[in-house]
Amino acid sequence: MTSTTIDSPRTPAGSAKRRGVNWEKWGWIYMRVSGVVLLVLIFGHLFVNLMVGEGVKAIDFAFVGGKWSDPFWKVWDTLMLWLAMIHGGNGMRTIVNDYARSPRLRKVLVGAIAASVVVLILLGTLVVFTFDPCPVVPADQAHLLPSFCPAP
Amino acid sequence: MSVKTVGTPEQSREPDLSTTTSRRPAGTLYRGREGMWSWVLHRITGVAIFFFLLVHVLDTALVRVSPEAYNAVIGTYQTPIMGLGEVGLVGAIVFHAFNGLRIILIDFWSKGTRYQRVMFYVVIGLWVVTMLGFVPRHLINVFSH
Repeated sequence: MTSTTIDSPRTPAGSAKRRGVNWEKWGWIYMRVSGVVLLVLIFGHLFVNLMVGEGVKAIDFAFVGGKWSDPFWKVWDTLMLWLAMIHGGNGMRTIVNDYARSPRLRKVLVGAIAASVVVLILLGTLVVFTFDPCPVVPADQAHLLPSFCPAP
Repeated sequence: MSVKTVGTPEQSREPDLSTTTSRRPAGTLYRGREGMWSWVLHRITGVAIFFFLLVHVLDTALVRVSPEAYNAVIGTYQTPIMGLGEVGLVGAIVFHAFNGLRIILIDFWSKGTRYQRVMFYVVIGLWVVTMLGFVPRHLINVFSH
């Protein structure tokens, strides 16, 4: 009979004790903190965009122009963008870590997730803060602008 | 060796992991029943919401292209089929949100693990109430005018 030693469940995989920031711990905390904030931000977003007035039928360029003329909604939407993209990206990373069977596939998938998150956060932030509710448009699009825009 | 179990007091009276012959030990958080299915649903809804989020940032970015381009794309969100899709999306978000609170309570509330099953049914109940508030109003918006 041979005897086998089995490590106790929480023994670290590496032999040396890890140093530095415990990123997994902060990721775990981030999911919970951002989750609570996102609940408020997203429920508010859904209520204002889908429940008030004619709901989804009322959403068009002029609707967005009205909302993003107000710094309150710019901050709301930007915060929602950052928190949700990172929360979702980290959640996808957790799932990839669970199911990717080779280290290479895992790296490729986590890299793709990270790239999407970075690109969309930058794009979204740029869009919110460079948005012009009254852009110069061809005459046939003038009626699509918010009502507060000066007549062309 | 005794194994600490979680769950209702009723479950804790079942035999220890070391002595039971059952193939499915009682009182684990993720193995079987409500604990497992809430985990499965949390993952599925999370992935679905993530992919919607990717698309939603891109479609919103069209406001920087032209009013015409944005309206053309957002108009597709107002069709009956997409209207039904939005019911699914909101259903996924509401479940993920409420079950997320359940997870936080399991982690931080001293009685969280004991009541995790009950809390799953509370999540379902709150989901039903929220959807009853949302779905009729949304469908009226989508299918009228």
